[in-house]
Amino acid sequence: MMDFSAFLDQIWIARFAILKGLGITISISALSIVVGSLLGVLVGLSLVYGNRALRFVVRVYTDFIRGTPVLVLVLASYYVLSTIGIELGPFQAGVLALAIFCSSHVGEIVRGGLQAIPQGQTEAAKAIGLTFRQTFAYVLWPQALRQFLPAWVNTAAEMVKASTLLSVIGVAELLLRTQEIISRNFMSLQFYFFAGFLYFVINYSIERFGKYVERKTAVPA
Amino acid sequence: MSKVLLEIQGLRKQYGIVEVLKGVDCTMQEGEVISIIGSSGSGKTTMLRCINMLEEFQGGHIRLEGEEIGYEHSGSSRRRKSEKDIARQRALTGMAFQQFNLFPHMTAAQNVMLGLVKVKKMARDAARTVAEKWLDRVGLASRADHYPGQLSGGQQQRVAIARAIAMSPRLMLFDEVTSALDPELVGEVLQVIKGLAADGMSMLLVTHEMRFAYEVSSRVIFMNQGVICEEGDPKEMFVAPKTERLAEFLKTSSFN
Repeated sequence: MMDFSAFLDQIWIARFAILKGLGITISISALSIVVGSLLGVLVGLSLVYGNRALRFVVRVYTDFIRGTPVLVLVLASYYVLSTIGIELGPFQAGVLALAIFCSSHVGEIVRGGLQAIPQGQTEAAKAIGLTFRQTFAYVLWPQALRQFLPAWVNTAAEMVKASTLLSVIGVAELLLRTQEIISRNFMSLQFYFFAGFLYFVINYSIERFGKYVERKTAVPA
Repeated sequence: MSKVLLEIQGLRKQYGIVEVLKGVDCTMQEGEVISIIGSSGSGKTTMLRCINMLEEFQGGHIRLEGEEIGYEHSGSSRRRKSEKDIARQRALTGMAFQQFNLFPHMTAAQNVMLGLVKVKKMARDAARTVAEKWLDRVGLASRADHYPGQLSGGQQQRVAIARAIAMSPRLMLFDEVTSALDPELVGEVLQVIKGLAADGMSMLLVTHEMRFAYEVSSRVIFMNQGVICEEGDPKEMFVAPKTERLAEFLKTSSFN
């Protein structure tokens, strides 16, 4: 019991550090998810509708990125880019790496979602005189969105977890803050658990939100 | 009196080296109901799909009310028309598919309204009125706000027909519209098509329902191996086929 109140005491002392870390973690995740998803949609569209050359280039990009550990991407983005004259701070470099990683996954999700739509949908749209743009906007995209929502939510949760890797290049996100706190009070078990709990809360919220949107947009059958 | 609606001349289509249509010639008057019959692989569906450019074709001409469909010809060269032109031409014909192909994320009314609003640039409430009229016409007024997943196969196909007809096409194309239906649902769809025929709608039907082709068509075309093998009045053709092929085909089909 003594222990637990001491733990609460330490949390209170470290509250600002924890909140800042949490804020940074959420910023990293949100930014990389948004930027990565926008890029990912372009990647997916290129994979489905691009000409042969574009498809090839984008295919190499996604396969390369997906085959590389995220930590390597993070380190490369921070250390390698500076050698070619692109100076990014650790936060920017980290977000860039995660966004790129995210884009390759979202690209595959978008591609899969679009390709899963039966050919008959496009034909029916053409048959009533819709142009390709209209077919895409009103027939294909709304169906693809519903199709890939679960996988996309999953990727978003993965990005939150991957944000911990930015601690390696010195971004003071939740994990690095936690480690700093532990180095002062040596309550490693308690504080790692606590950090784990906070990550769980973020990801659980994302998942609940995803389920909510899924329910809201479900087509009655 | 009646005028030519559709003119097909020397239509040729190939997939790689396989020739599916080997020079099809056919003329259709306004108000005609023509059934295209033949065994699978005879090219009947392909021919239908060439008329609204769901299939590209490599030779010949298709003209709808005198307008060249799909390709620009100048001298001996031939160029595909622009996407925009082709989209406009596709709206001149309506098509119903074997698999219905309703848009699953839209209600029955929204399915019918989409083309009216986006292609015909109709205001939403005007489009809604037209959609309701046609849904009523196919007997589904009460299902206007149901999603395809909530409808039976026969009902879905009737919505799909309403969606095509609402665009007031010059010509309706039906591609084996009852083939994917349970037997007890075939009747309701055929009933709708009969009603349209009675209204004087020009229709081209690919069908395996020989009894129906016999009853509803003003003319029947029998296709075999990529060419029109025999055509004529259904009353004569089904009773006294002139070619060996057709006699054979009728024997194996369910007409008798």
